[in-house]
Amino acid sequence: MLDYIWLIPVFPLLGAAIQLFFGRRSSNRAVSTVSVGLPGLSFLWAVGCFAQFLGLPESYHHVFLRPLYTWLPAGAFHLSNGSLGNLNVHVGMQLDPLSCVMMLVVTGVGFLIHVYSIGYMAHEGGYYRFFGYLNLFMFSMLVLVLADNYLMMFVGWEGVGLCSYLLIGFYFLRKSASDAGKKAFIVNRIGDAAFLLGVMLMVVTFGTLDFHLITKAAHSGQFPVGSGVITTICILLFIGATGKSAQIPLYVWLPDAMEGPTPVSALIHAATMVTAGVYMVARSNALYALSPTALALVAGIGAATAIWAASIGLVQNDIKRVLAYSTVSQLGYMFLACGVGAFGAGIFHLMTHAFFKALLFLGSGSVIHALSGEQDLRKMGALWHKIPTTAKTMLAGTLAISGAPFLSGFFSKDEILWQSFASPYGNKLLWVIGVGTAGMTAFYMFRLFFLTFAGNSRVPHEVEHHIHEAPSSMTVPLICLAVGAVGAGYVGWPKVLGGPNWFGKFLDPVYENPAMRPALEHTWNQEFGLMLFSVAVAFVGFFVAHRWYVKQPGIADRVAAAAGAAYSILLHKYYIDEIYDALFVNRVKDLGSAMAAFDLGVVDGGVNGVGWFTRLSARLSIIWDTWVIDGVVNALAFMVKLVSWPARIVQTGLVQNYAWFITLGVLFFMVYYLVHL
Amino acid sequence: MIPTEYYIFLGTGLFTIGVIGVLTRRNVLIILMSIELILNAVNINLVALSQYFKSVDGQVFAIFVITDAAAEAAVGLGLIIALFRNKETVNADEIDLLKW
Repeated sequence: MLDYIWLIPVFPLLGAAIQLFFGRRSSNRAVSTVSVGLPGLSFLWAVGCFAQFLGLPESYHHVFLRPLYTWLPAGAFHLSNGSLGNLNVHVGMQLDPLSCVMMLVVTGVGFLIHVYSIGYMAHEGGYYRFFGYLNLFMFSMLVLVLADNYLMMFVGWEGVGLCSYLLIGFYFLRKSASDAGKKAFIVNRIGDAAFLLGVMLMVVTFGTLDFHLITKAAHSGQFPVGSGVITTICILLFIGATGKSAQIPLYVWLPDAMEGPTPVSALIHAATMVTAGVYMVARSNALYALSPTALALVAGIGAATAIWAASIGLVQNDIKRVLAYSTVSQLGYMFLACGVGAFGAGIFHLMTHAFFKALLFLGSGSVIHALSGEQDLRKMGALWHKIPTTAKTMLAGTLAISGAPFLSGFFSKDEILWQSFASPYGNKLLWVIGVGTAGMTAFYMFRLFFLTFAGNSRVPHEVEHHIHEAPSSMTVPLICLAVGAVGAGYVGWPKVLGGPNWFGKFLDPVYENPAMRPALEHTWNQEFGLMLFSVAVAFVGFFVAHRWYVKQPGIADRVAAAAGAAYSILLHKYYIDEIYDALFVNRVKDLGSAMAAFDLGVVDGGVNGVGWFTRLSARLSIIWDTWVIDGVVNALAFMVKLVSWPARIVQTGLVQNYAWFITLGVLFFMVYYLVHL
Repeated sequence: MIPTEYYIFLGTGLFTIGVIGVLTRRNVLIILMSIELILNAVNINLVALSQYFKSVDGQVFAIFVITDAAAEAAVGLGLIIALFRNKETVNADEIDLLKW
């Protein structure tokens, strides 16, 4: 199976091709059979490949490479250090523990979300288009995570960006949706440009783009720790990651991306695509290990994003926007983990987050579905008994993300918090920010949960009649994901709680870096104490939410009123969109207007001037032509006519005249001879 | 024995009549007939001078001329028919296609 690992991305590509070329005339049933079946096949294939990968002998060094063909044989060129390089970019697959995790998450969670979409999208137009794009996304994402070099990864990177744009703007008749799609695309473009620059810099530095060769070069000691060029590469790659993974300063597109259908939010904007940046940083860990500066930047941005987005999430009223800011915040956690050198913890959180965040999004989709499209938390409430399956699975997701003990989020989040405290790259400030974010997370998630499912119903009367539990195609994926959200953490049961941390051990070969600072010594008591503390903070968050939104529902409004300006700033998301509009968007628009004016005045003026001059010179040329050139030619012809007059009059064309000339001529000569002889 | 000069005179007369016919008659058919007169005047000369010089060369040549005249008449009549079909006339002074 491993030899045919390329089939994993090809299955969804096939589905996309079928839908986008022939789907228009197919029935919904045919569309969903093909487009859900093929990703399912992909998942089974991925599981098979994974099983076979586990069975490979140690000599493979935990990396399985499957080159397919040479894509860009760029040939020889000089590297930046003067030596001769030879760049050949392959299309090939790389399977190592890291890509195994990503592959399984993408195909597994992706497949469940495809199943969910059957029910969710059943009454929407463009069914085939939706599934075509979704399959195309699966293909791009799998290319991204299975690629064996940066350029092919970039192909997948751009592919997911395109699908994200297409799916955010899925309801393209709504202006806000098409605007959100454009925003996502343009903001991502900034990051992608930096990523591409980083890739180019890697080409001239290493002369290759293959992951395993670059890792080898980084491990070889050829570049010292703190090397300037490595730091530049790392920072450029990280700017790319801030675009794709919605970190400060490029996170602004993700909340707007909620204009897309909810399964899209779950698949692309929570579970898979937005984690591509984390994956890429983890994939480049050998380079980051050489650059403490870049690591510090990653950790700093990650922590800042985590608490920044969490604070916005506290007060949002749109159920999907709360989840969107939560996603931004959790992605910040992952970068925080990568930034303190705990790449394994980041990927662990990525995996658990894929389960519980996909679950929360799909659950919110189910709520929205039940309430005929209502997304405002202020118009929900008391849904616990009306949509019980959704409510219970949502509760599992909420508990998991809040870090309730022994659920998946607990393990991964505590690992990150512990690493940010204990790692040689971490410090106490990062830990404090992390714990603060954990408290906020628990608060806003339970706020969402209570406002939706508990308290008194604030649902408008006419909507209330239509409340119904979702069909089984939607609830079954919810249940599967809930099982994952509860249980996915057990693979990484930490040593401090007496577990084997199988997940960490599995990933360790990917992160063996000679340049990494050695881990510091810490006692079991410290780690356990910090764990208890963060659980306590999460419980405080839960307790406050419970008190404000269940026990004394009026209190939240009073707190908001008391906070006044602070509340308003949070509600308006720190006015970041307005600031960006004023600083960048409108400046670019001004530039565009200036360009347009330049175009109209100078460029068009120039062109018109040239046209006018041409017409003028053409007129002069006409005069010259008619009078001078034609005059000379006519005069010449007239002269010829004049001179030829005698020749012309004898040419009568009458054959008898010619005979006369002949006869007279003969007679003349006869007479002449007779006279002279 | 008729003296050779008589034949020469007859030939000259016939030739002159033929030339005048070619130069003055309008009908192409008549012109063709006048050309026959000219050719026959030449034949008379050839035969007469052949007799005079006691050589058969002239007579042989006259046979060639007769053959030639037959061919010429055939081609000429064909031309006249083609001409009439195109121009609806056989008058030489109405046909000036040789100009330019």
